[in-house]
Amino acid sequence: MTVLDKPARPAAPAQGTPPRGRRGTAWLLTAALAAGLLVLVPVAAGTGAYPIPVGDVLGSLLNRAGLGGTALDRVAESVLWNVRFPRIVLALLVGASLGCAGALMQGVFGNPLAEPGVIGVSSGAAVGAVAAIAFGFGFLGAWTVPVFAFASGLVTVLVVYVMARAGGRTEVVTLILTGIALNAFAGALIGLFLFFADTAAVNQITFWQLGSLAQATWPKVLGVLPCAVIGLGLAPLYARRLDLLALGERPARHLGVDVERLRVVLILVIALLTAAAVSVAGVIGFVGLVVPHLLRMMAGPGHRFLIPGSALLGALVLLGADLAARTVAEPAELPLGVLTALVGSPFFFWLLRRTRRRQGGWA
Amino acid sequence: MRGVLRGGRLSRLVPSRPVPPEPAAPGEVLAEAEDLRVRLAGRLILDGVGVHVRAGEVLALVGPNGAGKSTLLGALSADLTPAEGTVRIHGRPTTAWSAPELALRRSVLPQSASLSFPFPVEDVVRMGRAPWAGTEREDEDDAVVAEAMARTEVTAFAGRPFSALSGGERARVALARVLAQQAPLVLLDEPTAALDLRHQELVLRLCRERAAAGDAVVVVLHDLGLAAAYAHRVAVLRGGRVAADGPPSEVFSDALLSEVYDQPVEVLAHPRTGEVLVTPRRVP
Repeated sequence: MTVLDKPARPAAPAQGTPPRGRRGTAWLLTAALAAGLLVLVPVAAGTGAYPIPVGDVLGSLLNRAGLGGTALDRVAESVLWNVRFPRIVLALLVGASLGCAGALMQGVFGNPLAEPGVIGVSSGAAVGAVAAIAFGFGFLGAWTVPVFAFASGLVTVLVVYVMARAGGRTEVVTLILTGIALNAFAGALIGLFLFFADTAAVNQITFWQLGSLAQATWPKVLGVLPCAVIGLGLAPLYARRLDLLALGERPARHLGVDVERLRVVLILVIALLTAAAVSVAGVIGFVGLVVPHLLRMMAGPGHRFLIPGSALLGALVLLGADLAARTVAEPAELPLGVLTALVGSPFFFWLLRRTRRRQGGWA
Repeated sequence: MRGVLRGGRLSRLVPSRPVPPEPAAPGEVLAEAEDLRVRLAGRLILDGVGVHVRAGEVLALVGPNGAGKSTLLGALSADLTPAEGTVRIHGRPTTAWSAPELALRRSVLPQSASLSFPFPVEDVVRMGRAPWAGTEREDEDDAVVAEAMARTEVTAFAGRPFSALSGGERARVALARVLAQQAPLVLLDEPTAALDLRHQELVLRLCRERAAAGDAVVVVLHDLGLAAAYAHRVAVLRGGRVAADGPPSEVFSDALLSEVYDQPVEVLAHPRTGEVLVTPRRVP
């Protein structure tokens, strides 16, 4: 007996400690993701119907930041700062929120198939957003739609949580079926609101539902900023406790986690993040599913990397997807939600099959 | 950063550090249940149970299926709220402790170990160190984790994902996590169920070592031979009550065990060592 005795004696040298490859991978991935964003942002800002060389983009950025550089001509400045940059910032915020919400949700449910889109939380948030648009509510200014989306999103997460859990755990089948039921109900409510809405609102909602960042403006950015920033800021504080939750609720409690409070706080955070994403960009599916999965396969399931990593990769993926959505079929624009679903659904199929194989069937 | 959070309105998000317990004196009662009644789904599972768990002692809970062994362990680990009676851990009712304070005082090995995500074995064992995060003893983490893995013989697969292990290997990893927690009260629910002969002996030797180091160990066992060989004291449960409580040599008798298990049982001394042996009487 050495260090397991109490009071503790001088620590024996750790023997047989396995290589710390995973942690190295995490740092490498973080650096790669940050580098990816640094490259993709100026490229995305320069690409489009009105091309601006990347050098000019950087020059204009430096100029505005007061670090030298040169301002562009009036048209280019306007395109860059009134059209492209709000859209890029919005893509980054929405992507980070979706990625992070996916990672959190999978951790809270202890289930790798949990994702705001799949289990109906995005649709739930959409109900609030559609109601706000359809009935022309505007008493909270730019925050009206996000606040409505947050409220209905929160109710939906709570419903999923209560309905999909039995005996302290969430089974895959129950979770997915609950998602189907909720998606159907949310769809019905949205249809009802559309029925009562006037033509202009219907057009706005239809376009918004497909998932798009085309109408990005700075006020819209400001509208989702609080939700996204609070959510993204709080999430990493709970990383270690989420790791412990993987052991199950009781063992996590035995290790000092106040499980009830953790659950309540994280459900609020998930609702905030989902509302941030849904209120501006409609339902963009599968980002929250695919992103944490890829990272888990590369760097392991530890949430201390997974949560910030999912935010970074989510931002990168959505920025790339939006760039593709607006350039692939120029001058037309593909709806972003359609694009992510096209790529994400096959991944979901694969994941379902793999999970089924691992569990040896559902029933 | 932490200082800022503590000072500000966010302080409730970062609770103040719990204080670790003082080392227990030998024989000190670390957990006790008094006149404990526990109802699960309307059924009375424990009906007036009283036990004391003392530092430096291995207490084995034995009894037939459904006697309430796991429920008693759950009550002692503050998982269950009793309908009547009290459970005290380190002298205070379980409800008076916060989750982080309890985590420094008792560790629990659940009957079956599961994990939602494929963490590698070493990370799982390291989870046992969570209660010590932010304390001075956090520096010992690496050494404690390495030793817990060595003692339970899981070092060889420290880098493998938990989900890829066999049942017995998982059970030992879970035990390593419990040992790494270094709580003075150790509660183990059937730690030997999935283990081979050699590892059963290993686990109970570890229990004795923890007790010798001053901890209190409660272990639910089905193997009466193991209980007789390794426990200082045995509590025999039957129908939610304690049928007998004392050293195995006094408690284990043909009459009592035959009656409690509703199966003829013979208790005899090992011809060479004199150890207590328990064997069912079989009709030829």
